[in-house]
Amino acid sequence: MNRFDYIRPGSVAEAVAAASEAGAAYLAGGTNLLDLMKIGVVAPGKVIDITRLPGLDRIDWLEDGSVRIGAMVRNADLARNPAFSAAFPAVSEALLSGASPQLRNAATVGGNLMQETRCAYFQDPLSHCNRRAPGAGCDALEGHNRSHAVLGWTPSCIATHPSDFCVPLAALGAVVEIEGPDGSREVDLASLHELPGTDSAGGIALKHGEMITALRLPAEASAFAGHSRYLKLRERTSFAFALVSAAAMLRMEQETIAEARIALGAVAARPWRAAEAETFLKGKKAEPDAFAEAAQIALKEASPSGDNAFKITLATRVLTRALTLAAKGTPDRVPALPASVFTSSEGATAHA
Amino acid sequence: MTLSISLSVNGESLSVPLEDPRTTLLDLLREHIGLTGTKKGCDRGQCGACTVLLDGKRINACLTLAASVDGTDVTTIEGLATGDTLHPVQAAFIEHDGFQCGYCTPGQIMSAVGLLSEGDAGADPERIREGMSGNICRCAAYPGITAAVLDAQRRQSENEGTSA
Ligand SMILES: Cc1cc2nc3c(=O)[nH]c(=O)nc-3n(C[C@H](O)[C@H](O)[C@H](O)COP(=O)(O)OP(=O)(O)OC[C@H]3O[C@@H](n4cnc5c(N)ncnc54)[C@H](O)[C@@H]3O)c2cc1C
Ligand code: SF4
Ligand code: FES
Ligand code: FES
Repeated sequence: MNRFDYIRPGSVAEAVAAASEAGAAYLAGGTNLLDLMKIGVVAPGKVIDITRLPGLDRIDWLEDGSVRIGAMVRNADLARNPAFSAAFPAVSEALLSGASPQLRNAATVGGNLMQETRCAYFQDPLSHCNRRAPGAGCDALEGHNRSHAVLGWTPSCIATHPSDFCVPLAALGAVVEIEGPDGSREVDLASLHELPGTDSAGGIALKHGEMITALRLPAEASAFAGHSRYLKLRERTSFAFALVSAAAMLRMEQETIAEARIALGAVAARPWRAAEAETFLKGKKAEPDAFAEAAQIALKEASPSGDNAFKITLATRVLTRALTLAAKGTPDRVPALPASVFTSSEGATAHA
Repeated sequence: MTLSISLSVNGESLSVPLEDPRTTLLDLLREHIGLTGTKKGCDRGQCGACTVLLDGKRINACLTLAASVDGTDVTTIEGLATGDTLHPVQAAFIEHDGFQCGYCTPGQIMSAVGLLSEGDAGADPERIREGMSGNICRCAAYPGITAAVLDAQRRQSENEGTSA
């Protein structure tokens, strides 16, 4: 790890001023930043610790029914907040399916959104990577790429965004509040992460010095609480990143789907909202054929970026199943294995 | 510039100069304070050997900057027993053979203490296994670990029952 100056600002304004200097980086829970510093992928000369900034660790319900979550709220605290998990059960399930209990106690809302891709070549400073070094090339194209993107990729970069939390958030129309050297602004979470272009690798679309201060979910997002699931396929039962995942949320009027919200995870450089599939389901009966067709629509533009054509089939199946589970209704309690494809009911065991 | 931090470790207030800001909480405990019970496995958040309680919550000490724990309360494996009386989770690990080589054990025990205070798992073995999934055991002592945590959980709820 490189040497750095450790700075603990007293206000958001001080933090932004300090972080706007060259080579500075924000430190929240540190679970991604320190990891990347240890392996030499990032080397900030100044580390700005924002965990003690006043007022950023609150969950506030606003008068219009929306909820505002401070950027320093820890992942575990948000997932376990009773009012939050009742209103947004798929978000809680997604949070609880990510990382480990220890990491969730440290990881913050802002840090989770801002976490880097797990592409092995991004994580290896000796490999060529357009995302780390624009113009260097992309070693993943001809390398181990079975977990890479199947949507929204270009040969500039085929990496995925690894967050579970972001997947239901994108489907629910979450908004990110940002404070920066040029003032404040807001961005839809679904476009916080830029897709790669012909010459650009994409990635996190914040300007240097900008800081996420809060995340907002609109009031209408809680209308899906009764039929919300997150499903995450991984290569071991627990404590693993998603190979593919899906958030499926339905607003039901009797047997009819009044409105659907759908997003896929680990398939693209951003959480992938499937708007066309959502529109397709509107007004349909909650039946297996409709769900299978919606999933086909969500993946219709998918193409393999390497040895990963299987991810398209898997994502179609995982989404179909997530929609089917959502139609059955949100479980009373987050399942013992959150978001697991192995258990969809209490009592069954998946761990050997 | 040398930073200096104050923290409480196992109930003892300490003031420690930090010559190198890169020091993690794990290295602070092991190399500076001399508490080597907390183990370093992966040093990258993947194994749980370094689990300690920070203000009562379990975290990975290897991914925590020492500078950032200024003013906090840290509990390590050394702080669990009262004199010669083991903490109930420690006793349960011995009773149920919750280890073989023992390298992951301090982390397992601290994680179990954290899990029990979170109170989400109850007596459901599946929830306990999931709640302990941040701790890898190279010797695969998992059946004993689950049995130990279940037993400790049972004793804790019995105690709560009698004291209530
Ligand atoms: C072993 C392991 C397994 C994991 N498994 C999963 C998983 O299954 N699913 C999953 O979703 N995640 C997983 N994660 C990732 C984890 O969720 C992230 O590391 C965590 O959410 C990052 O949050 P943090 O607060 O620790 O961020 P930090 O590490 O402090 O920061 C991460 C990045 O965000 C920047 N940053 C932080 N806060 C802000 C802010 N407010 N504004 C602007 N920039 C900011 C930092 O400068 C840094 O670049 C795993 C991590 C590890 C180590
Ligand atoms: S896929 Fe993206 S992150 Fe991975 S090596 Fe290529 S450019 Fe870098
Ligand atoms: S040493 Fe900290 S998790 Fe492995
Ligand atoms: S007892 Fe040996 S690693 Fe767990």
